[in-house]
Amino acid sequence: MERGDKIKAGDVRTASRLIRDIEDSIPEAKATIKHIFPYTGKAQVVGITGSPGAGKSTIVDGLIETSRKKEQTVGVLAVDPTSPFTGGATLGDRIRMQRHSEDIGVFIRSLATRGSLGGLSKAVGDAIHVMDAMGKDVIFVETVGTGQQEVEIIHYAHTVIVVLVPGMGDEIQAIKAGIMEIADIFVINKADRDGAQKLQRELMTMIEMSHIPPGGWKPPVLTIRNSFKPEEFEQDLRTLSAKVREHYDFLISSDLIGDRQKRKRLHELNEAIRFSILEPVLEMLVKTGELDSMVEKLVKKESDPASLAEEIAKKYLQGCF
Amino acid sequence: MAKRKIRVMVAKPGLDGHDRGARVLARCFRDAGFEVIYTGCHQTPAQIAASAIQEDVDLVGLSCLSGAHRYLFPQVVNLLKEKGADDITVIGGGIIPNQDFQKLYDAGIKAIFVPGTTLDTIVNWVNKNVKPVERK
Repeated sequence: MERGDKIKAGDVRTASRLIRDIEDSIPEAKATIKHIFPYTGKAQVVGITGSPGAGKSTIVDGLIETSRKKEQTVGVLAVDPTSPFTGGATLGDRIRMQRHSEDIGVFIRSLATRGSLGGLSKAVGDAIHVMDAMGKDVIFVETVGTGQQEVEIIHYAHTVIVVLVPGMGDEIQAIKAGIMEIADIFVINKADRDGAQKLQRELMTMIEMSHIPPGGWKPPVLTIRNSFKPEEFEQDLRTLSAKVREHYDFLISSDLIGDRQKRKRLHELNEAIRFSILEPVLEMLVKTGELDSMVEKLVKKESDPASLAEEIAKKYLQGCF
Repeated sequence: MAKRKIRVMVAKPGLDGHDRGARVLARCFRDAGFEVIYTGCHQTPAQIAASAIQEDVDLVGLSCLSGAHRYLFPQVVNLLKEKGADDITVIGGGIIPNQDFQKLYDAGIKAIFVPGTTLDTIVNWVNKNVKPVERK
């Protein structure tokens, strides 16, 4: 198949269009993904998450630079939110990365969330496959600015970097569930601001309190100083880059990479099942007008959602019930 | 199948740091339901062309207030053509004298919007002239 071969040869225009087709749910895109799937699984996928304005894009920019100095090829997927009102989106992450836009070893693609709630886009899994099949050595996935709960990145990344900044709350924030649990590496950005040391202490206390099995990975807490002082920033970025590599090597040497791979594949299968089963059924319900009449029934309190769902399952998913 | 969403890039080529207009336009495109990539100031035509291809946009909107539009705008068009991406529509805006309009049209700029243009005019133009499905 020609399109898949072009992807494997690293053609940016074809790849970018394919990612577009995935985002727009064009059926032909699935066939190309099937074709390139066997060629995926080679890249290290690094997730970068953290609150809006924490400095994720700037850190990705720095990581691109260090990767390129090691002669690694780089893919970047940068996700920004879609407006719930207009469906439009401002995708502004790549502003921070524009110095790499002409480098043919770097492919940066912005994605809008289009209604996804986990901090990513529905297309992100397949978009990673596309960049992976293109032969990118490392793929950085930058999530939307996250709050506490958007942890979907763990289903896609080998290594998750959580970026924090000083002054975002007291130590109770550090013991809450959610985003604080998913970091393989913590980064305190803007670390020359007041409160950075305190935050670092709190994080380290939190990490000491968590149950890390013997021989397990203990998330380091790194600091990054002012990005307007290039020497300091680059030095801190080199340390981060080395840690990212160290974590990947750790996953391989401890064989934990298998677990991550399984977690990733299970998630993909879940998504694919949803796509292959739920969506056609919903489409059918819309086409036959059943969906409308069911909503009508609910409004009139003639039935309830659970009973209707069972009815649908019995009708469309023979063999299961 | 979901409907194709229009993707646009708003870019400022050359040595011009006045991006209020570009930002207003980026915001207005967002409100029109487009996905807008904004690349910031001081971009070279080569950066703009490369980014437009990486982002698979349907439209590039160039803003220039420095007077270098006659040099910079056609370069973006030519670079896109060189890379086989001449199906991407390029429009321009900024401080552009009337007598330059035709030269820019001849160079492949599809529309020019100058100060005083309403945002609706621009959005309507895009909705009428940019059809993502029909691109190659």
